[in-house]
Amino acid sequence: MLPSSWRRRFNPIAESLLAGLIGLIIGGFIMLAFGYNPISAYRSLFFGSFGSTYSWAESLANATPLILTALTFAIAMRGGLFNIGAEGQLYVGALAAVAVSLMHLPSPFNLVVSLLAAMVAGMIWSLPVALLKLGRGVHEVISTIMFNWIAHFFAFYLIANVLTDPKRGERTISIVESARLTRILPMATLNSGILISLITVAVILFFLWRTSAGFEVRAAGYNQEASHYAGISLRKQVLRVFLIGGAIAGLAGAVQVMGRPPYYAVMSGLPQLVNLGFDGIGVAMIGRNHPIGIVFAAIFFGGLMTGGRIMQFDPGVPFELVRVIEGVIIIALAVPELRRLISRFRRKRKHEN
Amino acid sequence: MELAHFWGILFISLHAMVPITLAAIGETIEESAGLFNIGLEGILLLGALAGALGAQASGSAIIGLMTGITIGAAVGLIFGVISTTLRGSQLISGVGINLFALGFVALMLTVMGAPGFHSVARDVQVPLIHLGVGSLSPLVIVTVILAVAVWWLLRRTQLGIWIRAVGENPAAADVAGLRVNALRLGAAIAAGAFAGLAGAYLSVDWFGAVTKEITAGRGFIALAIVVFSGLNPLLALLGGFIFGFFDGLATWVATYPGVKDIIPWQFVAMAPYIVTLAVVAGVIGRVKFPKALGVPYMRE
Repeated sequence: MLPSSWRRRFNPIAESLLAGLIGLIIGGFIMLAFGYNPISAYRSLFFGSFGSTYSWAESLANATPLILTALTFAIAMRGGLFNIGAEGQLYVGALAAVAVSLMHLPSPFNLVVSLLAAMVAGMIWSLPVALLKLGRGVHEVISTIMFNWIAHFFAFYLIANVLTDPKRGERTISIVESARLTRILPMATLNSGILISLITVAVILFFLWRTSAGFEVRAAGYNQEASHYAGISLRKQVLRVFLIGGAIAGLAGAVQVMGRPPYYAVMSGLPQLVNLGFDGIGVAMIGRNHPIGIVFAAIFFGGLMTGGRIMQFDPGVPFELVRVIEGVIIIALAVPELRRLISRFRRKRKHEN
Repeated sequence: MELAHFWGILFISLHAMVPITLAAIGETIEESAGLFNIGLEGILLLGALAGALGAQASGSAIIGLMTGITIGAAVGLIFGVISTTLRGSQLISGVGINLFALGFVALMLTVMGAPGFHSVARDVQVPLIHLGVGSLSPLVIVTVILAVAVWWLLRRTQLGIWIRAVGENPAAADVAGLRVNALRLGAAIAAGAFAGLAGAYLSVDWFGAVTKEITAGRGFIALAIVVFSGLNPLLALLGGFIFGFFDGLATWVATYPGVKDIIPWQFVAMAPYIVTLAVVAGVIGRVKFPKALGVPYMRE
């Protein structure tokens, strides 16, 4: 028999694994329906994502921003809030990092100031969401989505009119070389941004479970009314969650533009940023809103993205199938029957023993 | 301003009003019954694809719209089952529906050989009604009728009282002999059907094409309009028109020489979202929502 603390941890992991399996199975049926061979597709997906050092590095590179956007969502969810604003916050974060490049600060400062500027920009984009909720009772699902779209067009404007590379109209000026995050392997796009993500994971882990402010966030998430009577200020709590979340999402934009070769610039149409915020929500859900779970879920998602590109060439299955699988996994996770299925399975095993 | 401009903006506004209002009044039924579907955006997107495919396969715009409704209702059914009998999380399943739709529509567009864009032949699009001052989609009129009909259903019929009862106090409704989950499931299917029609309208009528970004947050704006309306379909119609007006104004400004040189198009394009925020922030205090909104019902 496992001790109860272990069992408590085992169940969510088993649920996520089962949901992942369901996603892959349904994805397989969809491939069959479109006339693809799911076995060769999944083989190519797997070897493409985790089959070599290079593919591991690419999968980790894809996981880097997802870890951060997932943390944005998870910290809010821990506090009982549904923050889907990472998408817009990471756009402004990435552009703030580019803007700092224009200041031509001396070497170690430009990197640090770029990261800080991105965090501040994310916080600025997140603050009105908290204020609208506290002051006017506007639900954060609605305000974050509206701010995502406003950020989308604001980014388009900045790319085309303000931060434009004078020689290349379709993108912003590149981050200066000294402010770029160093590459870890010569061939792959993996860079020291992964360390920033992992440090953030450690900070959030410490914050949520080792500080009184983090305890207040979790208490409010468990039971808002009770935490209110316990003297936890809802005001402080909402501001805290959205400001920390905004800073992390801004950081996600910064590591993406400062770390991913080859351009180190924000392209028009935001191809390297779009959907990172929304994918982060999926990552957080599969990682059960736990920082450690998020790391594994982000590597899984990052792997799907890397392998999805390979799958596109080899058996020719379109990359978009990856997002279909993600959607099915999330829908499966919403179903508590899965949980009962797992506990029934465990009970049966116990009887057999 | 010349009169032609007035008519131009009015007609764009009315056409922009339709998808938001349709999705919003469907969601009004659903939220009245106590379910909150954040997956509206995904249903709109799937409805747009289904509508286009249905119209092309059959050669008929009406069948295209019906296909959109059917697919929307089917997704509404899945969401409803997860939220009622399976007692799942409505927020998580809604997010899943959005992700799935985004992936599936992009996948279909790629499989159909035109990554990102698929146009609908003009002869299977909904024919416009030609008035002296411009052309109007019949769906504009349908939307107004449906808004009134849903208002009447919710506020003036026995079924409407039942729907609102299971949203307000499911336990009491259960004791009174109402089938809580059946009513909620029905409301979820209806909301899906409305969102499916809204999506099909985008592809088979208004834009005449399907893209990955065709919904452009309209499902979420519909959710905001529901908040603005306080679950009154007639106010949802008004909210849809306000949004549609700014959407229409943005389209007009973006194409009108002289104006677009002064205000960059990107700022005009933000207007509908800013207005939605302002409108929701302005009215919210007085709105009262069903007590059991978003809470799965479990018999004790």
